[in-house]
Amino acid sequence: MAKGMRAVNVRQSVLSWPVVRQLTGGDPLGRGSAVTSARTEALQPRTVTADRVVKSICPYCAVGCGQRVFVKDEKVVQIEGDPDSPISRGRLCPKGSASEQLVNSPGRQTAMLYRRPYGTEWEPLDLETATDMIADRVLASRAATWQDVDDQGRKLRRTLGIAGLGGATLDNEENYLIKKLFTAMGAIQIENQARI
Amino acid sequence: MSDQRHGPVDPASAAGWTDNQPRKGFFTDTSICIGCKACEVACKEWNGVPEDGLNLLGSSYDNTGALGASTWRHVAFIEQPANTAVSSAGPVSLGMPSSVLPGAGSDGESRTDFRWLMSSDVCKHCTSAACLDVCPTGSLFRTEFGTVVVQEDICNGCGYCVPACPFGVIDRRIGEQGTKNVGIAQKCTLCYDRLGAGQTPACAQACPTESIQYGDLDELRDRAHGRVEQLHAAGVPQARLYLDDPADGIGGGGALFLLLDEPEVYGLPPDPVATTRDLPQMWKNAGMAALGLLAAAAAAFAGGRR
Amino acid sequence: MAECHPVGFQWVMEAKARGAKVIHIDPRFTRTSAVADTHVPLRAGSDIAFLGGIVNYILTNEKYFKEYVLAYTNAATLLREDFVDVDELDGVFSGYDPQTGTYDTESWRYEGQDDIAAAGQRDAPKSQSESEESQGARGAGHELGGHGAAMDHSHVIRDDTLQHPRTVFQVLKRHYARYTPELVQEVCGVPPELFEQVCEAVTANSGRERTTAWVYSVGWTHHTVGVQYIRGSAIIQLLLGNIGRPGGGILALRGHASIQGSTDIPTLFNLLPGYLPMPKVDQHDTLDDYLQTVSSKQQKGFWTAADTYMVSLLKSYWGDAATEENDFAFDYLPKLTGDHGTYQTVMDMLEDKVEGYFLLGQNPAVGSAHGKMQRLGMAHLKWLVVRDLNMIESATFWKDSPEIETGELATTDIATEVFFFPAASHVEKDGTFTQTQRVLQWHHKAVEPPGDCRSELHFFYHLGRKLRERLAESTLERDRPLQDLTWDYPVDKMGDPSAEAVLAEINGKHLTGEKANQPLSSYTEMKADGSTSGGCWIYTGVYADGVNQSARRKPGREQNWVAPEWGWAWPANRRTLYNRASADPDGKPWSERKAYVWWDADQHKWTGHDIPDFVVDKAPSYRPEPGTPGPEGLAGDDPFIMQADGKAWLFAPAGLLDGPLPSHYEPHESPVSNPLYRQQANPTRQVFRRPDNFSNPSGGEPGVELYPYVFTTYRLTEHHTAGGMSRWLPYLAELQPEFFCEISPELARERKLEHLGWATIITARTAIEARVMVTDRVVPLRVGGRVIHQIGLPYHWGVGGSALTKGDSANDLFGVTLDPNVHIQESKVASCDIQPGRRPTGPALIAFVAAHRARAGITIQTGNEQRTPPSVGDDDHDNRGEQPGAGR
Repeated sequence: MAKGMRAVNVRQSVLSWPVVRQLTGGDPLGRGSAVTSARTEALQPRTVTADRVVKSICPYCAVGCGQRVFVKDEKVVQIEGDPDSPISRGRLCPKGSASEQLVNSPGRQTAMLYRRPYGTEWEPLDLETATDMIADRVLASRAATWQDVDDQGRKLRRTLGIAGLGGATLDNEENYLIKKLFTAMGAIQIENQARI
Repeated sequence: MSDQRHGPVDPASAAGWTDNQPRKGFFTDTSICIGCKACEVACKEWNGVPEDGLNLLGSSYDNTGALGASTWRHVAFIEQPANTAVSSAGPVSLGMPSSVLPGAGSDGESRTDFRWLMSSDVCKHCTSAACLDVCPTGSLFRTEFGTVVVQEDICNGCGYCVPACPFGVIDRRIGEQGTKNVGIAQKCTLCYDRLGAGQTPACAQACPTESIQYGDLDELRDRAHGRVEQLHAAGVPQARLYLDDPADGIGGGGALFLLLDEPEVYGLPPDPVATTRDLPQMWKNAGMAALGLLAAAAAAFAGGRR
Repeated sequence: MAECHPVGFQWVMEAKARGAKVIHIDPRFTRTSAVADTHVPLRAGSDIAFLGGIVNYILTNEKYFKEYVLAYTNAATLLREDFVDVDELDGVFSGYDPQTGTYDTESWRYEGQDDIAAAGQRDAPKSQSESEESQGARGAGHELGGHGAAMDHSHVIRDDTLQHPRTVFQVLKRHYARYTPELVQEVCGVPPELFEQVCEAVTANSGRERTTAWVYSVGWTHHTVGVQYIRGSAIIQLLLGNIGRPGGGILALRGHASIQGSTDIPTLFNLLPGYLPMPKVDQHDTLDDYLQTVSSKQQKGFWTAADTYMVSLLKSYWGDAATEENDFAFDYLPKLTGDHGTYQTVMDMLEDKVEGYFLLGQNPAVGSAHGKMQRLGMAHLKWLVVRDLNMIESATFWKDSPEIETGELATTDIATEVFFFPAASHVEKDGTFTQTQRVLQWHHKAVEPPGDCRSELHFFYHLGRKLRERLAESTLERDRPLQDLTWDYPVDKMGDPSAEAVLAEINGKHLTGEKANQPLSSYTEMKADGSTSGGCWIYTGVYADGVNQSARRKPGREQNWVAPEWGWAWPANRRTLYNRASADPDGKPWSERKAYVWWDADQHKWTGHDIPDFVVDKAPSYRPEPGTPGPEGLAGDDPFIMQADGKAWLFAPAGLLDGPLPSHYEPHESPVSNPLYRQQANPTRQVFRRPDNFSNPSGGEPGVELYPYVFTTYRLTEHHTAGGMSRWLPYLAELQPEFFCEISPELARERKLEHLGWATIITARTAIEARVMVTDRVVPLRVGGRVIHQIGLPYHWGVGGSALTKGDSANDLFGVTLDPNVHIQESKVASCDIQPGRRPTGPALIAFVAAHRARAGITIQTGNEQRTPPSVGDDDHDNRGEQPGAGR
C-alpha cells in the first residue's frame, strides 16, 4: 500500500506524465517503459507479500503432491505446488490448483446447521449445543440397541445402532481417534471409501 | 533503435527498457499434453479470473471453448483418425477445432489409429503485437520481459485491441456490474507480477508433464527445435513448430507451440499476420501529428503564461 | 492414470521419454490412451481372461524368469491330490457348496499341510441355508491386508524340476492353457495381433535387465472378482520377476488423499490398525484364540509376532486398564458376527436397526452404488451427522433427493434429525495423509478454520470427552471400555487436540524400564508382555527419536532418487516392499542396471538405495533348521518375509474365498455368456435377493436382450469422486459442467442418439438421463461373434444439493452385488438399455423402470443364482466338487 501511494505521488510530478516520459526516454512510441502505470509499478506477487508460507499436501487424490500455502493476514491467499517434493516436483493438477478455492470458496459451508424431525428447512444451531446433542443421541442410541451377548450367550459387547462412513479424505490421526472411540463405544459399523 | 513492429530480436529494449531481461516466453509442447487443464485453473486462480460459464459444448472434453477475457489459457481437444491432415481436405477452417461429427463414415474396427490431440493455447505475446499497436491509452504495454500486458488501471475499455488480435485472444470482460474488471480488455499477462519476482507463471508451474515450459525465449526456441528433431527421429513426422519464425506475420511469437498437425486443426490461424503490419507509414504520420499537437499544446501553455 | 492422477503421470511421461513403452488397457479411451504407445480397448469385466492370456503366453513360450520363479515363488511347491480345477467341474473349484455359495478351501492347500487356513476361515459356518448370512460371516474377520494367510507350519514339499504334475507350476500351466489369443478375442474383444503386441512388450521388457510395472485402480477392484483381477497381475509379475524390483510392482493408484491411511489405520468394520482383524464371536473369544487365527507360531515370517502388535495396540487403547490378567482388555473389543460393511449397514437402516449415522467427508447419496437404497436408508435414521466442506446431496436428501420428486419420500414424513457440521480443510489442521505409495506426509496447519468449521480430530476428541464425562459415574459394565479409554491429548487455545500427540501414540512407546516413555523406533521393539504400546504397528518408526519423521522435507533434488528423507513410508521407511527380491538368491543384483538392494559380504549386511526389506545381517546362504518358525525360519533366499512360507504365491493355498487361481467369470450383469464353462459369474459373489435390488438378466437368461449394452463408470480429471470437493468450485465446475454419457457413433446410429441430445439409460433399478457425447473414443467390440456396445458414464454428479453443477447420478444405475473377499461392490460394469430422449419424471419414472423390468420378466431370482444352473437339455455335470467337504 505504502509503495502504491509513493507511486501515486511520483506520478503527480509532471516529469512522470507518460507523454513526457515518452519523449524523454527510450520509448518514443509509448509502448513500454514510458507508459507503466502506478499499479504496474507497484505490482508484487502475493507469493512475495505473504506473511508466511506453510508446507502442506494436496487433499484430493493419493499421489500426495506437495503444496505451499501462502498466508496473508491469517487468510490463505495462494496455494501452489512445492518444488521440493520428490513426488510432485512442484506440479499440481486442476483440482490441486483449485485448492485455494476449496478453502476460500464463497459456496463453502461455514455455519452449523440443524434440520429437526419432519422439518422443511435448515435452522441455525450453536456448535457446542450441537455437539452436546450428538453426545446425548450417541448414548441413547447405544443404550437402545446394545447387544451384550448373542442368542447363545456369547459376548458381543456392541451396538449395531450407530454407524459411520468416511475417512479416506481424513488424516491418519483423525481416523485413529474415530476407530478408537467407535471401538470403545462398541460401534463396529465404521466404514470408508476404501470399501467403495 | 530498431522498430519492434517489424520483428526485431528484442522488443523490450525497443520499448525503452534499458535494463531489460532476456525475453521470456512459453514453449507449449502439445505432444506431451495430457489435457488435464491444470493450466486453466492455475491461471484463473492466480489471476483472479472469474468463472466463464457452465456450458457443455460437446467439443470433446473442451467446455471452455476459446480464449477470451475470462479464459487466458484454453485447452483444445481434437479427436481425429491418425495421419489425416484435416487441412488438406474439406473446407477452409474457421479457426475452431475440428467439429466433424465423430465416426462419420467409419466403423469401430477401422479406428484403431485414432488420435486425441490436446493443446493448451494462450496469448502469443507477439513480437509485432497489433493489440499494443492500436491501444490508444497506453494500457497495453511491452514489459521489460518482452511480453505484452494490459494495465487494468489504464484501460478505458475502448476495445480497439479486440479486432486487432490475429488470434482472437484479447477481449473485454462482459459481466454483471461488480464483476472484477468488467468492461476492461483482458488477456494473459504471462504472470507479469510473478516474473518480476523471478517466479514461473502459474500455468507452467502447475503443468504436470511440462507440456508448458517457461523460460528465456531463445533457449525455448532451441529446445523446441531439438524436440521436433527428436520426434521426427522417433517416427512422428507430423511434429512441427508454430510461431517460431521471426519472419512470420507477427515477427515470431513469444509463445511457441509444437503441434502434431496443421495449426487450424487446433483452432489456430495457419499464417497469422499482425493486423497493423501495413501501418508503419501511417504510424509515422500519426507520430508527426502527435508531435504537432504537442507543439501546439506547448504553445498554448506558453501563451497562457503570458 | 493421466485422467485421475495427472501429477503422478509425469513419471510415466518421463519414463516414456527415456524409451519406456506405455500400454493402456482400458475399455475407455482416456487422456492416458492419448499419449500411450498403445491403447487396448477391451470389454469391461473381461480382464481375467486378458491377464490369463498373458500368463498362458508366458508359460507356453517359456518367457518366465526361471531363477526368480524357482527361488522366490511357490512354483515348485506340491499341491494335494484332491485339488480339482474349474475345467473339470464346469466352472467351480473343488470344495464348492452350492447351498451356501461358498468354498471349503481344504483341498486347495499344499501337500503335507494338514491344517492351513486363512484367518477367519476355519470356523466358517458350513450348514447355514441363508447364503447371504454365511457369506457375510465368512468375510468377517477375513482380512489379510498386506500379508499372506496363515499356515500351520512352514514345511512344504517341493519339486525343483517343476515337472511333477502337482507342482503349482504345472497346475498353473494347465489352468491357463485355455486362455489362448482366440479366447482373449472371444471374451475381451481384443484382436489377436493387438494382444500379442502386448504379450511381446511385457515379456521383452522383463527379466534381469528390464522390468515392467502394472498400474491399476478401481477399474480392477470394483468387480465381483476384483481381488482375482489383482491376483492375475500378481501371477504375471511373479512369473516375470517384476516384484520387489525397481521399475516393477503392481501399483495401486488410490483416489483419496489418505485412502491408504484409512486402510492402515482403518475406519473399516473388519480391521483394527495394522491389518489386525477385528475379533469375531466364537472364533476369538480370548486373546489366545484370536492370535492363533492371525498367525501360527509355527509358520515363517514376521506375522508370528502378531501378539506383540496386538498387545501394544490394546495398551494404546486402554493403558493401565489393559493388564496381563485381563488379556490386556481384549474383552473390551466388540465382536463381529458377519458382514457389517457399508452396504449391509444401509440394508440394516432400511430395517430400522440403525439409529445414528456419521458421514465424514463422504457423499454416499452420489458415491455409493445404488444411490436410491442409500437415500431411502438415510430417511430411516433417527439422526444423521454430516461433516463436510460443502452442502452435499447426502445432507439434503430430505428435501431435494430424486425420491422426493418421485414421491417415494416426503420431506414432512421424514423423522431424521440432520446435523450439518462444517469441516476444516486440509490447511486448517495438522496431520498426516498416507499417499498411494505408503508415504506418510505431514501437512501443517496454515490458518484457523472459519466460522463453525472444525477438524474431525477436534470433533471426535470433544465428542469422546463429552461421552466420557456423561458416563463417568456409570457402573454399567458396557461403559468400562469408554471409561478406561486413554483419551487425554493436549489441547491448544482453540480447543484443537494435538495431532502430533496422536501420531506419537500411533507410533508407540516403551512403558517400563529405563526407556520408559521413549518412543519406539521399530515394531521389532514391541513386546507382548504389556511393556510397550503402539496404536498401529506398521506405523512404528514414524515418531522415532521423538521426531515427527512424516514432516521431513529434504528437497528431492538434494537426495538420491529413492528420496528416503521425504516423509516416512511404512514399514520402517521402506519405499519398495520385498526388495530382497531385487537381488538374486546369492544376494547380487540381478543386473547392474536394476541394482536396488544387495548383500555386502565384507560388511556382512544388506545394503543399497532403499532400506532392505530383510533381516539386515541374514546372509543369502543362511538356511534354518527345517521347521524353524518366525523370522528365524526365513532362509537367506526367502524374500517374502510376511508370507508363511517366505515365498510369493502364484497359487494361493489359503486366504481367498473364491478360488486359489483367477479364473474368468462374467460380471454379475452381462449380456455375454461365459464361453469357458457353464458357470456364468463368480459362484461365491455376495448377492442380495431383495425387491429393492433387482438384477438384470445375464448370459443365457431370458430377457437379457432388454439390457443389451455394457456400461462402465469413471472419473474425469476435472472432478473428484462424488463431487463434494469439485462441483462446488467454479473453476472445476465450469470445466465439466454437466453429466454426459459417452457412446460410439455406431451405437448413436443404432439407437438414434444425437450428439448433445439426451439419452435415458435404464437398468432394473432405475433410469437416469444424460447428455449424449458421441465420440470415436468409444469403440464397439466384437465379442463372441457379435458386436458389443459399451457406454461410459462419469459418476461425479448428483441430484439436489447446492452444487454449481448437478445431474443424475451414474451410481444410481447399479444394484448391490459384492466381491466375497472384501465386500466391494461391482460398480465398474453392468448391463443396461439406452434410449433417446429424457427420462420420465415423478412417479412415472418408477412405472417406466418397472415396465422395462416386466418386459424382461425380472424377479428377485433373476441374475442372482450363484451357481449357474445347467441349461435345459444339458447332461448332468460331474458335481463332485460341489459337495461340502468333497475334497477331503
